[in-house]
Amino acid sequence: MKGFFQKLFGQDETVPENISAGPNSPPAVENSNTPIKNNLEPPQLLAACAQSVGMQREHNEDALFALTTSLTSDHSNLPFGFYVVADGMGGHQHGEIASGIAIRSMASYIVSKLFVPLLSVKPVTPEESLQEIMQTGVQEAHRSITKQVPGGGTTLTAALILGEQITIAHVGDSRAYLIDDQGKLEALTRDHSLVKRLVELGQLSIEEAAVHPQRNVLYRALGQGEPFDPDIKTMRLPESGSLLICSDGLWGVVPEEEISRLVNADTPPEQICQALVDSANAAGGPDNITAILVRLPG
Amino acid sequence: MQVEQKARVFLETHRITQKLDNDPSGVTQQLNAGTTLTNRYLIQNVIGVGGMGAVYRARDLHFPNVVKVVAVKEMINQARDELVRSTIVRNFEREANLLATLDHPSIPRIYDYFSQNERSYLILEFINGKDLEAILNESESYISEEKVVQWGIELCDVLSYLHNHHPEAIIFRDMKPSNVMINQFGHVVLIDFGIAKPFQAGQRGTMIGTEGYSPPEQYRGEAGNLADIYALGATMHHLLTKRDPRLEAPFTFMERPVRQINSVVSVEVERVISTALQYDPKERYESAEAMKEALIHAARDTGVLTKIALTKTATHTAGETIKPVWEFSCEDEVRGSPAYHDGIVYVGSYDNNLYALNAATGEFLWKYPTEGGIVCKPVVFEGHLYFGSEDKRLHVISTRVGRLNWTYLTEGPVRSSSHIAEGHVFIGADDGYLHAVNTISGRRAWRSDAGSPIRSTPLVVNDLIYFGTESGDFYCMDFRSTIKWRFKAKRAITSSPVVWQGTVYFGSVDSTLYALDARTGWVIWRFRLNKASITTPCIVGDYIFTGSIDGQIYCIDIRSAKEVWTFTTENQVTGSPVVYKDSLYCGSVDGHLYCLEFRTGRLRWKFRTQGPITGTPIAVDDLVYIGSTDHRIYALLA
Repeated sequence: MKGFFQKLFGQDETVPENISAGPNSPPAVENSNTPIKNNLEPPQLLAACAQSVGMQREHNEDALFALTTSLTSDHSNLPFGFYVVADGMGGHQHGEIASGIAIRSMASYIVSKLFVPLLSVKPVTPEESLQEIMQTGVQEAHRSITKQVPGGGTTLTAALILGEQITIAHVGDSRAYLIDDQGKLEALTRDHSLVKRLVELGQLSIEEAAVHPQRNVLYRALGQGEPFDPDIKTMRLPESGSLLICSDGLWGVVPEEEISRLVNADTPPEQICQALVDSANAAGGPDNITAILVRLPG
Repeated sequence: MQVEQKARVFLETHRITQKLDNDPSGVTQQLNAGTTLTNRYLIQNVIGVGGMGAVYRARDLHFPNVVKVVAVKEMINQARDELVRSTIVRNFEREANLLATLDHPSIPRIYDYFSQNERSYLILEFINGKDLEAILNESESYISEEKVVQWGIELCDVLSYLHNHHPEAIIFRDMKPSNVMINQFGHVVLIDFGIAKPFQAGQRGTMIGTEGYSPPEQYRGEAGNLADIYALGATMHHLLTKRDPRLEAPFTFMERPVRQINSVVSVEVERVISTALQYDPKERYESAEAMKEALIHAARDTGVLTKIALTKTATHTAGETIKPVWEFSCEDEVRGSPAYHDGIVYVGSYDNNLYALNAATGEFLWKYPTEGGIVCKPVVFEGHLYFGSEDKRLHVISTRVGRLNWTYLTEGPVRSSSHIAEGHVFIGADDGYLHAVNTISGRRAWRSDAGSPIRSTPLVVNDLIYFGTESGDFYCMDFRSTIKWRFKAKRAITSSPVVWQGTVYFGSVDSTLYALDARTGWVIWRFRLNKASITTPCIVGDYIFTGSIDGQIYCIDIRSAKEVWTFTTENQVTGSPVVYKDSLYCGSVDGHLYCLEFRTGRLRWKFRTQGPITGTPIAVDDLVYIGSTDHRIYALLA
């Protein structure tokens, strides 16, 4: 750094010695205990997905979308990923149509609004903020469902990875998790479940909640209700670890410790996704199961 | 698990957006203007559309010589099953008869009802006014405490009338802003007496009603009079905070007490609303009368009832008695911010001097004269103090005795503070250049033309330099002064950037707080302030704090860009908030230094100086230091 500065500023004076170069300046020593870092050049996202109708259902009402790209040029590398899981509601209200519309509508909006500008020869940044674009994308999906399958509803959990930021848009009770190298699970979403809320407040016991007639009631879902407001948040992407987005057919059936153990297995992401789905089916597979796993650049 | 059980159901919400005339069957088409019902009610126009039909304004033709206007509420019975159809009509008639027996100034009078084919009609008193939802939507700011308390008392009155109805108590069940009208005289009228409810059940059988205003027990089917109390509390909460409960997780009012969002509201009224909103019905007011009593009591205590609310600021007089540990008087205003280093407080003044004071005692140590006012915050680096002055110079003096080391001349007043990185000081000036100056020699390494004055303090993080300009440009450049990216705000960026976890945050005079990806300049979120901001944001944990010339201190969730709380001072907030231990300290042009609990925005104390405060405090070793335009610098116990 010092040499660089002398050259850069073209001055004779020596740069003071005691300027800290920062704790990260020596190349980090590889830790052989963390096999799951993908350590690739250029740093990139590795994503895979798996889905199953489950053991007890006849229809698949889950839908998913996954887009992973790398864009490396001009000494810059910008990983871009967009992942969506949607879980359609109910049998008679065309849940599978609603979830399908949700992911198409959301994905086409994000691709046209964010991804295409990113690829343009003279990159332009959009006027709106990432959060506003995600918000509008969810609203578009909401409007499409209201228009095309009135009465239909779906959850939607979307994750946008752009550079070092991850932005989550979320409605309903599908979930997004970050899982670190130590296997610690951090839920990035909060279920919009009425009964869960009542349990949190001590208005219902866990036992009561398990048999509550409204235990599957969501207080927020796409295609249902006005006004409508998704949860949206952005945070810095961890330097390593994994992102998991899944429907309740996975998280409601497979315990978190098991999910974390499977995710941190030393196997490729597609095998992990399959193992997650298999685990849910082995536990009875009462619902449709969807999982998207993204290994973060590390 | 059975498929049927698994089928999710949703909470009902009125789908007002769904236009009924889209129905292809034509069954649910609205009546046209000019239609006459029973040769008596001439439909004039639609005044509202609900899930089961429209509400019309109509003229009663039985009064040919005067214009008597009535409201016609229509309900369309679409049930196919004959038994269900007749039950719906019977329920409708029963409720119409019930309404006919009610006599209260806050309940619309019913004149008539009848059914025609699949449609039933209620003829009601026409209320000339607006519902509270419309009033909320049209209002730029919070609804005043005075109005909300007055309406709350009137609503308690009408609830009390309903709850004491004989032979059967009437539970309103659906108290919310859109069901409360304010008539032309400013009084409340409850509308929508649930007559439509039996109809809705058939429409989407899987849903039950909440719009964010209903209490937890309503989901167990136990809606008694205390459910109305809760919903009234929820309605008042919404009016005072403008925070729509339908957009929040249910039953979360306790997580956002009224004053956390709107600190102008009195503690007393907040307490009444919080009591009404208790999860456990037993902890709420036992009756509407009790709540009315409490509201009247609170309104008397705070003076809202006698309309002295407008000058009410003395609720926290205790804080006024705070005595400074020391104060020191300069010869002119102190508009800049103090710095602290090694037991000494350094502060610049409009009397052109940079002062060094003993931090513990306020004792004068030395001063260094420049030829212009000093508005920046001095920076200490390796035994030297770096600061700009309106005399166009960057001055570098020793921290111990104030002896000149070197000065660097720009072509305009220097109002930006310095940032030192990699052996160079980066500073903006009103000459429109960002200057990079070697800290040892005082010689310019380069200067970069930004096209307009730079008053924002540059920041260097990860070898990138960030700063804003008075023309609204925000630059990210490398050490070669090559622009990596540029962002354009609509107005000046005087606020200094802060970088946290790969995101750069700054405010703008265009009334927005921005969060941009530090590497690419992509906008992550924008938070709309009521007015311009020149404040440098402050970040602690998941919160970002800023101030605005709208007089408010804002606390915003840094991930979701949602407001956590605001605190209203009595004038512009131009200095920056700082957090020390559990407290947030911020000055205001109203002359006070405020100390707030940083998680909730609750006032701990405030200290009054004799002039506007425009700078930023600094807190060290349990003392907080602040300068004021009353020429003084104060040290207070943190």
